Amino acid sequence: MLRVEHLKKHFGNQIVLDDINIGVDKGEVLCIIGQSGSGKTVLFRHIIGLLFPDGGRITLDGQVISSPTTKPADFDRVRKRFGILFQGAALFDSMDVGENLAFPLREHTRHTEQEIEKMIGESLEMVGLMERFKTKMPAELSGGMRSRVGLARAIVMKPEIMLYDEPTSALDPIMTDKINKLILSMRDKLKMTSIIITHDIGSAYEIADKIAMIREGKIIFNGTPGEIRQSRNPYVQEFIRGERKSHYALDNEEDYADQVDINKLKQRAARPGPKTHTQAALQGQHQPNAGQNRYIPPGRRQ
Amino acid sequence: MPAPDVNPLMMPLRLIAAAGRAAIMWADKGRAFILGTRNYAGLVAQTSVRVPLIVKNFDITTNHIYTLGIESIPLVTMIAIFLGSATVTQAVYQMSGMIPFRYLGALVCKTTVTELAPVITSMVFAGRVATGIAAEIASMKGSEQIDAMNVLRLDPLRYLIVPKFVACIVMLPALTIWAILMAFSGAAFTVAVSVDVTMHTYLSGMKLFFKAYDVYVGVGKTAVFGAIVAITGAYFGFEAKGGAEGVGNATTKAVVVSAVLILIFDFIIAVMVM
Repeated sequence: MLRVEHLKKHFGNQIVLDDINIGVDKGEVLCIIGQSGSGKTVLFRHIIGLLFPDGGRITLDGQVISSPTTKPADFDRVRKRFGILFQGAALFDSMDVGENLAFPLREHTRHTEQEIEKMIGESLEMVGLMERFKTKMPAELSGGMRSRVGLARAIVMKPEIMLYDEPTSALDPIMTDKINKLILSMRDKLKMTSIIITHDIGSAYEIADKIAMIREGKIIFNGTPGEIRQSRNPYVQEFIRGERKSHYALDNEEDYADQVDINKLKQRAARPGPKTHTQAALQGQHQPNAGQNRYIPPGRRQ
Repeated sequence: MPAPDVNPLMMPLRLIAAAGRAAIMWADKGRAFILGTRNYAGLVAQTSVRVPLIVKNFDITTNHIYTLGIESIPLVTMIAIFLGSATVTQAVYQMSGMIPFRYLGALVCKTTVTELAPVITSMVFAGRVATGIAAEIASMKGSEQIDAMNVLRLDPLRYLIVPKFVACIVMLPALTIWAILMAFSGAAFTVAVSVDVTMHTYLSGMKLFFKAYDVYVGVGKTAVFGAIVAITGAYFGFEAKGGAEGVGNATTKAVVVSAVLILIFDFIIAVMVM
């Protein structure tokens, strides 16, 4: 249904998205996972038409909706097919919950006030909120409730594709579970296609049909939750286990010894010649600030 | 410490390099300024073309007329009364022994109507309103509310800026008229209780060279200042980046740039119409 093809984006000299290819079919739940700063939010902003690519394109049902030559006004044609839940729900805080939901309906549809009231009631019910929340201001709501109101506002326009930007990142485990169940029930009740940006691997396992992992602007994994567990990519394994592997640096010798023979490294470090920091450390001679920039107390300066 | 590189042959090269760096820095600043001016002009144009759309949600505009305009009245009253009093006191001090006091009223009237009341009111209004608009838009941007409006196809300019723009254009001239009246009362009160000029001399002096044209220009130009206040607030709100600090920077820039633009346009209008 939605395809991202060879998407490229850079800000200044920094390449943020580098040849991204992913797709999602109707009724599927796609989770895009990755560390902070991996480019997943930039990808999200491309899909919802807040940013436009420097290369590649995004197609919806075979039609190109976003390419380097697309103007924001062109994207408006397809905007109503997307529903978006932002990270902090992005409720309009000068309006109460009911007005937040009614605002897009009043501006874009010709429903009467009674019909709008009814639609708002249905939406709130669907996300498990009672009618009495309608008069609450966003500031009076907890994080989980805000997410649910944001979801209600997104589904009130009956979108075909629902995008979630880190829907559970600021919530407690119980509320995370509730929101996950809600995402699945939205898919079942409204037959929506869902794309979820998250770094919460637990949620991704629970709800995703497909998982794509993004790292430094590249898709490094694309497959099912079963496949990601078996992936041999060290970065994928690192992410899904939630631990930093020792191939970055030598944190302590025990960790390192699990992987390599420490004695061999020590032998190699003992050879004459210039040494790396790691080799110096293995010989117990490591001086982090050795070199010209070392601080010398004023009395000892030459 | 490493010895500094003192090779004399390198000195001219270093000078050239430093000059080059400075030139690049200034070129960047100039480019940013030109881009900023272009974006600002774009914002003015985009806001202006959307003004007719306020009819549909006129309650938002009336709301802003109340919060930006009516609620500024106590502040404006306060500054205008003291403005009038100070003007009279200063004028008497400057004129005594040189210029007959029958011109006192004319001097106070002209300065207040053409410059003091419009400019000071606009400055105070900028301090109250441009900062408010900038802070509101910047924090809405920070919490992704502007993005949310965009993806729901709710035009942020139309719902957030245009009502404030109209409210500022309508209410700043109204506040200026009020400020002129209050400044006159403050001045009359000072004449009555403080300075050594009779009320009759003062009041007949006010009528001496009075021209209605001065009032039209003095009040009319504040409509332009109102537009400057609204657009500058909005511009720096939309430009804001990065959390609480970004909001703070946006409000500071909004009030500073508003004040500067108000004075620049005050001069331009003076040259054009006087």
